[in-house]
Amino acid sequence: MYGILTIFRKEMGDHFNSLRFLLISALIVMVGVIITSMVGMAIQEELKGMAKPSLIFLLLFTSTGKLFSFVQFIGFFGPLLGIFLGFDSINRERVSRTLSKLVSQPIFRDSIINAKFLSGVAIIAIILIATVLLISGLGIRLVGVVPGVEEVSRLVIYVVISLLYISFWLGISILFSVIFRSAATSALASLAIWIFFSFFVSLGASVLSDAVAPISQTASGVDAEMLIRHERIQRLTSLVSPMTLYSEATTTILDPMRKTTRTLVLMGPLERFSMSRFQSPLPLLESIFIVIPHIISIVAITLLCFGICYLVFMRQEIRTV
Amino acid sequence: MKGQIIVETEDLTKKYGPRTAVDHLNIKIEEGEVFGFLGPNGAGKTTTLLMFLGLTEPTSGKAKVIGFDPTREPFKVKERVGYLPENIGFYDDMDARQNLRYIARLNRIPEEVTEKRIDYWLEKVGLSEESTKKVGTYSKGMRQRLGIAEVLIKEPKLVFLDEPTIGLDPDGTNRMLDLIHSLSREKNITLFLSSHLLDQVQRICDRVGIMINGNLVAIGPIEELAKKKLGLDQQDYTLEEIYMKYFKEA
Ligand SMILES: Nc1ncnc2c1ncn2[C@@H]1O[C@H](COP(=O)(O)OP(=O)(O)OP(=O)(O)O)[C@@H](O)[C@H]1O
Ligand SMILES: [Mg+2]
Repeated sequence: MYGILTIFRKEMGDHFNSLRFLLISALIVMVGVIITSMVGMAIQEELKGMAKPSLIFLLLFTSTGKLFSFVQFIGFFGPLLGIFLGFDSINRERVSRTLSKLVSQPIFRDSIINAKFLSGVAIIAIILIATVLLISGLGIRLVGVVPGVEEVSRLVIYVVISLLYISFWLGISILFSVIFRSAATSALASLAIWIFFSFFVSLGASVLSDAVAPISQTASGVDAEMLIRHERIQRLTSLVSPMTLYSEATTTILDPMRKTTRTLVLMGPLERFSMSRFQSPLPLLESIFIVIPHIISIVAITLLCFGICYLVFMRQEIRTV
Repeated sequence: MKGQIIVETEDLTKKYGPRTAVDHLNIKIEEGEVFGFLGPNGAGKTTTLLMFLGLTEPTSGKAKVIGFDPTREPFKVKERVGYLPENIGFYDDMDARQNLRYIARLNRIPEEVTEKRIDYWLEKVGLSEESTKKVGTYSKGMRQRLGIAEVLIKEPKLVFLDEPTIGLDPDGTNRMLDLIHSLSREKNITLFLSSHLLDQVQRICDRVGIMINGNLVAIGPIEELAKKKLGLDQQDYTLEEIYMKYFKEA
């Protein structure tokens, strides 16, 4: 424990002093401010003379305005943030030959990797919380509504899910920084994984579902059974991707008008009917129930990735040359 | 001969694939002695040191360092042993004091004594003046000195030094050798150093071991090896002559 704490302190200091941290924070804050002011003004405009709908505060984070929403931005940039923070964490010390010194100190070898991971998580948490607070502050001034307990709780859950998700990417990049000696290689490998999950998984999902359950256009219309199977397969396959897990979880939490993470095709007719009939938000507790499996999956893949990292690092011989 | 055995190996062997880096090494080091570990490049010296610290696992055989098995209890060994790696690295964007402070923390040295020890060892290795410069700006020799300060700051009982005087200027070398000598005499610290600089080894070492291709071909006090290799009557011998004889025979 002591070793972890000491390395953690040093790593935090390094992060705070690094140009990288400064640039990332500046970028996120800048984007956050721009998006919020645009969305905030749009909301103000629309709400003139109308009664304020419920959960309007969350719109600050979810409505797209002219460009994209803050949530979309984090969904896209979050993985990159995790990768930036971790891709050279171990190999930097290997190249500068401080790693061999570190492992000959009386600490457990795993504390090195634990401390690096935890300090990255702490930095991500700081950035996320600070940005969400900033946007909330700006939003309160612009829109003039104060968030209620439910909105705050939803935001907190959103931050937690995002933290887990970005930590997964941090784990991936630390894993590659253990495997590859060169920081450039490890950054590229992490980016490759990111691209794979971003684009190829959804592509693969549709290819697979087309192959297993092709939708054929017959005279009597589309075969409903087949259509449902098709959708189901596509959905299950794309759930392999942490991106899908994350975006489904966050939209459910922040956009309570959505009652299910399933697409419209998969809903029964009654469900669809009732949905259009009662346009009221899903209670917080039920939103949470919906996303719990997603959260568990994200935690599981993060732990898996961290576990691999651990195994590889513990077995590596650390030569001085 | 001074006393207790502090390092002991039993058929310690390390293989990298088909290549045997260290072959059935049997060695005993006593507390308080200065032991010189010699051998040509690639003889297996560094590999042996890595096994002593539990940084690499032996293929077969056993080692005991300060009474602990480095494979099974590396933590206990590292607590008590100082190790200067072949090419030591530093956090280049921190100054000498910050580097030393970090190592001191990792070794659980109480904060109250840390600063005093830093002053003391910086003075000893002759870096007091430069202690607030970033280590990235240090010359090779200055880095080497800082490395030695870093090893000694935890005041270990036993120190493994892999080529400690490499890159030092003649004056620096002499001061370093004096320092090493005084550590052994005054503080009863055991020193195990690998080096290619035979005249230096001859000056400070009580005993030497010569390793060639993973085999320990000779071990003992320098006079004894001289008698064995150069004949009894030889008075003016150098370690270099002895070493070259062993090297040619192997
Ligand atoms: N990871 C490794 N994989 C394969 N072979 C290795 C590995 N590490 C060391 N060796 C081999 O083991 C042998 C011993 O290397 P070692 O570094 O112990 O030599 P050394 O005596 O320290 O040499 P030098 O005086 O040059 O420092 C060398 O032949 C080297 O090629
Ligand atoms: Mg060596």
